[in-house]
Amino acid sequence: MNIQFRESLEAASPPTTKTAIADCDIHPARATRTELYPYLAKRWQHHLEIYGVHAYQGMMEGPPYPKAQPNASRRDAYPPEGGPQGSSLSFMQKQLLDPNNVQLGVLNPLNTGQGIRNHDLSAALCSAINDWQIDKWTSKDKRLKASIVVGNEDGLSAAAEIRERAGDKNFVQVLLLSRNVEPLGQRRYWPIYQAAEEAGLPVGVHAFGFGGNPITPSGWPSYYIEEMVGHSQCQQSALASLVLEGVFERFPKLKMVMIEAGFGWAPSLAWRLDKAWQRLRSEVPHVKRPPSEYIREQVWWTTQPMEDPERREDLLDVINWLGWDRLLFATDYPHWDYDEPSRVLPAGVSDTNREAFYLGNARKLYGIS
Amino acid sequence: MASLIAGGVDCDVHPAVPHLTSLLPYLNDYWRDQVTTRGMVDLVSQSYPKNSPIVARPDWRPENGKPGESLEDMQRHVLDPFRLTYAICNPLYGVQMVFSEDLQAAFCRALNEWLAKEWLDRDSRLRGSIVIPTQSVEKAVAEIERCAQDKRFVQVLMLVMGDTPLGKRALWPIYEAAERHDLPVGIHAGSAYHNPPTAVGWGSYHIEDYVGQAQAFQTQLTSLIVEGVFAKYPRLKMVMLESGVSWISPFLWRLHKFWRGVRMETPWVDRAPLEIVRSNIRFSLQPFDAPPDEATLIRLFEHMQSDELVLFSTDYPHWQFDGLDALPQGLSPDLVRKIMIDNPHATYPRLT
Repeated sequence: MNIQFRESLEAASPPTTKTAIADCDIHPARATRTELYPYLAKRWQHHLEIYGVHAYQGMMEGPPYPKAQPNASRRDAYPPEGGPQGSSLSFMQKQLLDPNNVQLGVLNPLNTGQGIRNHDLSAALCSAINDWQIDKWTSKDKRLKASIVVGNEDGLSAAAEIRERAGDKNFVQVLLLSRNVEPLGQRRYWPIYQAAEEAGLPVGVHAFGFGGNPITPSGWPSYYIEEMVGHSQCQQSALASLVLEGVFERFPKLKMVMIEAGFGWAPSLAWRLDKAWQRLRSEVPHVKRPPSEYIREQVWWTTQPMEDPERREDLLDVINWLGWDRLLFATDYPHWDYDEPSRVLPAGVSDTNREAFYLGNARKLYGIS
Repeated sequence: MASLIAGGVDCDVHPAVPHLTSLLPYLNDYWRDQVTTRGMVDLVSQSYPKNSPIVARPDWRPENGKPGESLEDMQRHVLDPFRLTYAICNPLYGVQMVFSEDLQAAFCRALNEWLAKEWLDRDSRLRGSIVIPTQSVEKAVAEIERCAQDKRFVQVLMLVMGDTPLGKRALWPIYEAAERHDLPVGIHAGSAYHNPPTAVGWGSYHIEDYVGQAQAFQTQLTSLIVEGVFAKYPRLKMVMLESGVSWISPFLWRLHKFWRGVRMETPWVDRAPLEIVRSNIRFSLQPFDAPPDEATLIRLFEHMQSDELVLFSTDYPHWQFDGLDALPQGLSPDLVRKIMIDNPHATYPRLT
């Protein structure tokens, strides 16, 4: 949530006294509308000026459900030098990385080349944003790591982008969004999983995106809150599809990270899948083991936005069911529903589990020593 | 396992329409002629393919015909052995898939009359749900008004996946009529397939549609709460039928958190979502989508922070459990009594 008083930053403890953490969901933004142009061919620069991005939604710019705040971001996160929240490295260092002692920060750029109907433009924008992540962020601060953004609706060009970046230590994962033209287990997306598995990179699936489908299976709702809450249902359906299409069976070394969609739903979904699979497995013979096993072995979750029970300790039951080795701490900086690292866990968590939650799991998954 | 007690209410049983032709006696001349002249086929929804294992327990599957089409079977399989006082019939015949409001209204009326005559008239333990033609809110309200005169109809029935989210204001006259007649609105698993069955598009498999019901219920609860249905109709009860139960608490934790963050967007929501659910929303027991261990079950019910949310159901003839094991292991006798008797009676005022 918003931190209203920027002054308090000055009083923040020096980093050395805070336990090191990983922040597995940071959103870097462009300072200007044309900041990507140096990475785009002239042809695409002209195209954008004339036609825009032509997404799987109707607005020429901005979201059809107005956010609660400008750019869905904290009001105290505007950089002093101007530009939108999250667009300044030095201010990100000062506001997020230094005071919280972030040792590993995973960048997930949004509003890039994903969810766009013109697949050639999609591929060009994704490649541009990947170059931009290196130039503007990861080459300038070694704590930051990038995600390979790929043109999600065209599996082949997406796989080519992954192969192009494979082995580049600036990148620690492939990034997809949860909402696509089809559920993510469908075979049009398999080249992405194959390339990621070959490159040894996890595939992060971040909540959001546009695929043209209503965000409920009963049509379009009215409000922003319905879209926000609905991201968790989209993520559940995407994960169910990945399991039931046999993606984990076909790509046994594939690792997937569910980003910014909560995790409280995960045990229930796994139980439900198991129960249905016991009855209906003859329909999906390619799913050879109980669905919960694939999920337990091949899926991770970032924490923000943490579910918030009235009795906070109830959340510990859910984490115990899910596994303490599966959660990756994330703030979602600079978005308004930011989770503050010092406050998210209820009391009574062992030191080992705290360390895994805040840093150890992320280091291991992303291969950062 | 927890012991069943006599006198319970089964809030979700499914009598099957044998075939579209079974409804012909309840259609007027024009519609009877339409059905036959145009060669209309049986309205079986993809949500419940007749031979799917989940659609009938092996020992509840008849040699011929559809599971659930025989009253004698229902008596022998559930009404008698579970020693029920009442069972609420929720027909899942696929009338919701029809697009024409006129045709849908004719089919719904026929279906409700069929239920009254061929089921409710023949066993005094049976109660009915009013299936409504949601393609026309006006016609849906008229059907509620018509059926509500028969006190054996105790609920209005809608599917969890229709044309629009259920909280949308256009549907409110349905809720107004339901509240006025002491009829809870039952929201049952299943889709009209007027939208993709997941919020990320069309999956490939029946199992995917079935698992996805839980996500559909989640989005509908959000819609019903944030549109303000329960601020406008505070006495209205809604019952999530065949929804699953293990997702309820984590879902509400998320909704509650976001509501606190952006409640300025929906200022008419006059109570916290958790409170609204505890006072106005109920859930049927089966399918009980949690592992069969007592420790987990106890925690799940603890998380709900209420013993009033769950209503007993067998989901007959669907295959959710074997034998008489409808109650998951570890429920206390007090909770069994609440689930089987007290909660259903508190939810359905017409059960007398």
